Amino acid sequence: MKRIFATLSCFALVLAAQAKLNVVATLPDFGSIAEQIGGDSVKVTSIAKGTEDLHFVDARPSYIRVLNQADVLLESGAEMEIGWLPPLVNSARNSRILADAPGHVILSRGIQLLDVPAGPVDRSMGDVHPAGNPHYWLDPDNAKIVAARIAEVFGRLDPKNAEAYKANLAQFSGKLDGKIAQWTKQMEPFRGTKVVTYHKSFDYFLKRFGLELAGTLEPKPGIEPSPTHIKALIPRMKQEKVKLILIEGFRPRRTPEHVAQQSGAKLVILPGSTGGHPQAKDCFSLFDYDISQIVSALRR
Amino acid sequence: MKKKFLVSLVCLSAVMVSAQESDLEAVKRQLKEATELFQKTMEQQRQVIESLNKKVNAFEAQQAGATNRPAGGQVVQSTATNAPSPDGTPQKRAWSPSDPIRLFGGGQNYINLSFDGLFSAGTSTAQDIDDLQRGGHDPKQRGFTVQNLELTLDGKVDPYFRGQANMVMTIDPDGETIVEAEEAYAETMALPWNLQLKAGQYLTEFGRLNPTHPHTWGFVDQPLVNSRFLGGDGLRNPGARLSWLMPVPFYSELFLSVQNSGGETATSFRSSGAHSHGGEEEEDALPFGFRHPDNDRGVRHADDLLFAPRFQTSFDLTDSQTLLLGSSAAFGPNSSGAEGDTRSQVYGVDLTWKWKPTSHLGGFPFVQWQTEAMLRRFKAGAFDWDENGNGVADDGELVDLRTGAPASFRSETLTDYGVYSQLLYGFRKGWVAGLRGDYVWGQRGAYEKFAKSFNGELVTSDPMRDCRWRISPNITWYPTEFSKVRLQYNYDQRRRIGEDHSVWLQLEFLLGSHASHKF
Repeated sequence: MKRIFATLSCFALVLAAQAKLNVVATLPDFGSIAEQIGGDSVKVTSIAKGTEDLHFVDARPSYIRVLNQADVLLESGAEMEIGWLPPLVNSARNSRILADAPGHVILSRGIQLLDVPAGPVDRSMGDVHPAGNPHYWLDPDNAKIVAARIAEVFGRLDPKNAEAYKANLAQFSGKLDGKIAQWTKQMEPFRGTKVVTYHKSFDYFLKRFGLELAGTLEPKPGIEPSPTHIKALIPRMKQEKVKLILIEGFRPRRTPEHVAQQSGAKLVILPGSTGGHPQAKDCFSLFDYDISQIVSALRR
Repeated sequence: MKKKFLVSLVCLSAVMVSAQESDLEAVKRQLKEATELFQKTMEQQRQVIESLNKKVNAFEAQQAGATNRPAGGQVVQSTATNAPSPDGTPQKRAWSPSDPIRLFGGGQNYINLSFDGLFSAGTSTAQDIDDLQRGGHDPKQRGFTVQNLELTLDGKVDPYFRGQANMVMTIDPDGETIVEAEEAYAETMALPWNLQLKAGQYLTEFGRLNPTHPHTWGFVDQPLVNSRFLGGDGLRNPGARLSWLMPVPFYSELFLSVQNSGGETATSFRSSGAHSHGGEEEEDALPFGFRHPDNDRGVRHADDLLFAPRFQTSFDLTDSQTLLLGSSAAFGPNSSGAEGDTRSQVYGVDLTWKWKPTSHLGGFPFVQWQTEAMLRRFKAGAFDWDENGNGVADDGELVDLRTGAPASFRSETLTDYGVYSQLLYGFRKGWVAGLRGDYVWGQRGAYEKFAKSFNGELVTSDPMRDCRWRISPNITWYPTEFSKVRLQYNYDQRRRIGEDHSVWLQLEFLLGSHASHKF
């Protein structure tokens, strides 16, 4: 049986050498990085849309077909896709992307995740991910690690183009380094600014650029704001001089607007994922856009 | 050290080459290469430093008692290239007493375990709630009903199979606890040619609702057509199923299931328990088709098994609209009457359309419309009620009032129809309003066309085939995806019985591993 699998993976490699590497990314953020690393040698499909709530993507049957054809599956990991990806992979009957196959890449491995629970978790704490906060792509340094991992996987599955992937990685990382320096400089004057977010989805971004999370509108992860929680949050925000409320585009507006009005903080709507706003087309423009929104809100 | 060594090595080689060739261009080329190598080495070293810095920060944070400590399978990885090891396997770390202890979801994942409890409370104007609510897990009495206590275990068996078991318990109106081995099957993960084999005990993939479990339904009770044609507990039996993902540009899947055709979960087939009053054998009740299922020939040939093919296909109409179309059939013998080659066919078509905008929050808002229509052709076997041959109407025999003698039926094919259509509207996060319409009816059989008497009561038509319909509006609140509260009203209209009103309140909770949702 092992031999059959070895033959199959060789077959997959041969196929990959002939055609473009077929890459499926669960999230558009990783799809975008894969496109930059793979260039013309890969075909990338992203399942989730950057505008949607990534925890609750519909397992549309068409994705079974997409996964069936995949040479590489880029999974975010840390239980980000637990509600919708497992049945799709089960139905896809594709040995190249099964757990532990060379083509199944769990990108959260190799990343230092925030909010890893110190003790046991249970669901009375809300939707706490036991592996840690899964929104790690919002730290551009993590995007670099992800890109290196993707280049390494592409090179292994498609050795013919390995050099091109390496070169693309170098170009990507170089560009990102330059951008990170620029973004850091843009954000430097606002270091230590206190912000409130809706969900714990911007933690990596805040940590990277020196902003401080003073609270969330959700009382617990995944639990919608309650009047009691909001009532307690507003005076605390005033006291701690919270400047901004950051929410994604798909969040309801009424409570954040109310809290902004009551606390004096400014409400900023930010895409948390590539494609979450027409201007956030890829990894670079996502941060460009998010940072420009924050900077202009804080300057006002 | 490494850096210095590399640099000197490169310089040395450059000098040597230049001495031999004494060509200016060659030296320039070498110098360029050496500079590139030097810069590459610098970059690598910088990355190592960065990653070590990160590690130091992490350890400092850990010592400071911060909570962001890597645990379980998530360990920071740092190699010379700042990339994780090729296969992405995390490094092993010694266990410490302060580590969280996890039963599942952590490092090992041999089995996912979950428990689902489904309860209801309510009342109805019907005198015969058992007959009104024909689903095996429907609320069946005034007051409280334990609808479904389901233990689900699933996981990867080995590199070739995944396995799943659903053990269900219910408490019937008499207070008796009933245990059902609802499903227990293994399924291949990567057969060649896009095939997948499933074997064990499982719910037949007939239509949309039959293969699903009651706690995933949008309503408190089972649609009438499912109860009537596929049984209150759903069509399920031991067997094997092969499915083929077709190599066409859109999702299309073909299923063929072969299962046992007997037992009480094979309604419409060699099931023996279909009586007009409840699922159990009752002396004072008339069996389906007014003839006892005495014609069970057992399994003599392959075609005495139950065969169920299904084809389903799906299209993404837009980024926010999905359409799923399916057609199913089930063929097999039945045991109706006393003799003859009696067989049944059930055909079904189904349509599911869902709209969910690409800017949803937690899956809301959405609109889902699901409709299934079925047709059953049931060959009822010849049957003579004068089983003791005395020609006289005895107790417990059906009497033909035209002759006064025990009724005698010829073989005939009974044709029944049924449809349900349901609309679910998730209007804000956690809130769903639903409306379902049910309609079932049958073509009048020859056996229904004359007056009969049974235990002194006048009987004409078969209540298990008579026309009835139902309208069910409901509203559901999901506090989280792990619990729900539902309120439903049923307006029932049964021919020859009349209208009934029922109100049911339902509660569900889910413990254990995170459920994944199929479309």
